[in-house]
Amino acid sequence: MSAEATKKIKLATTSLCGCFGCHMSLLDIDERILDLVTLVEFDRSPITDIKTISECDIGIIEGGVANTENVEVLREFRKHCKILVAIGACAINGGIPAMRNSFTLKECLEESYIDGIGVDNPMIPSDQEIPMLLNKVHPVHEVVKIDYFLPGCPPSGDTIWTFLTELIEGKPISFPYEQIHYD
Amino acid sequence: MPAHILEQNREQGTMNPVTMKDKKTFKLDGKAIEFEDGDTIMDAALRAGEYIPHLCHNPEFTPHGSCRVCIVNVDCKQVSACTQPAIENSEVDNSSDEIMANRRALLQMLFVEGNHICPGCEKSGACQLQAVAYYCNMLSSHFTHFFPQRSVDASHPDTAIDFNRCILCELCVRASRDVDHKNIFAIDGRGINSHLVINSSSGKLGDSAFTASDKAAHVCPVGAILPKHKGYEKPIGERLYDKQPVSIVGDVAAYEQDEDC
Repeated sequence: MSAEATKKIKLATTSLCGCFGCHMSLLDIDERILDLVTLVEFDRSPITDIKTISECDIGIIEGGVANTENVEVLREFRKHCKILVAIGACAINGGIPAMRNSFTLKECLEESYIDGIGVDNPMIPSDQEIPMLLNKVHPVHEVVKIDYFLPGCPPSGDTIWTFLTELIEGKPISFPYEQIHYD
Repeated sequence: MPAHILEQNREQGTMNPVTMKDKKTFKLDGKAIEFEDGDTIMDAALRAGEYIPHLCHNPEFTPHGSCRVCIVNVDCKQVSACTQPAIENSEVDNSSDEIMANRRALLQMLFVEGNHICPGCEKSGACQLQAVAYYCNMLSSHFTHFFPQRSVDASHPDTAIDFNRCILCELCVRASRDVDHKNIFAIDGRGINSHLVINSSSGKLGDSAFTASDKAAHVCPVGAILPKHKGYEKPIGERLYDKQPVSIVGDVAAYEQDEDC
């Protein structure tokens, strides 16, 4: 077998405006992660703590787009990944964070940092190190092209395993009924 | 033919030659479906135990044809099965890739037009919009979300209305008008500004004649009209559509009546 054929698939993952629940679900594949690492090499990911992305085969995006850093990271992933996968409710439709879209950003910030119960030293944080919040939380497909969507809050470890194995083996992607849910 | 005779025929596995001759049929995905004069495609399919995805249809009420999810192809024309009278010897396509893709697009538009945050909804798992979307293999919302500004009406002691989730199916309108005879609900506005309104001096449900035992309280296919004090009663894994698709389980309204009344 040639070196090219045995080369591992490079996989990058990130959590934008999400809760890391989807990453927890990825770890829920349990001991199958040993099978996974024989097939793939993790690039930029909270699991490896690598901070910059190199050219990858698959990018997995958890979370929606809520601030300027999310936009930057998402565009970096699109630029460097051949296949980009939106995973979880937040990436797909904004999810729970998108419930703030019913209010203005000003109202949200004032509720959190000025008027909220138990707020000490009321002040809206403003430092150039803190990414600017967007007016609304957006699903990732509104910012870049997404190749696959894996719904769930979070999708189960089994769903992620079904998807990754079928994708890597070049099979058509299909799931048993119980593995697809929006919550 | 009366239902009990149909049942007998099914049980015996034979058809009386005379009634056989009288029976009109059309083909649903190649399978012969019997129908009577005045039947819609949906009526005949439901009677034969064949599933056509739907949201605004409930056999107890006059067909409405507004959600369009039941579109089928009849002799190369797309129509809503719940309003289209069955035509003898016609070929009805209920499952081609084209029909399923169109249904997905319709569902995606329903999702982006409102605020359907499934992880934060008490109806999740027993929601017909979700279940039909699963059946139609909808994995993403595809379109740009509207994120409309809509309110929640929690003024009634037993029932809450979350307008974010209303898909304008008018089942509550029909139930309140035709069964409860209270006319509590209506759709106001046009086009994208269409919205559900409540018939009370304040526009609030709490000031209307609505009660939790009304038919209108038990027909909502989504989480727009919700009973209070019983949220998340059923654990994940045991909810209506957790294990089996809507094509087998059936409409959520059928179960709501059993549970609450």
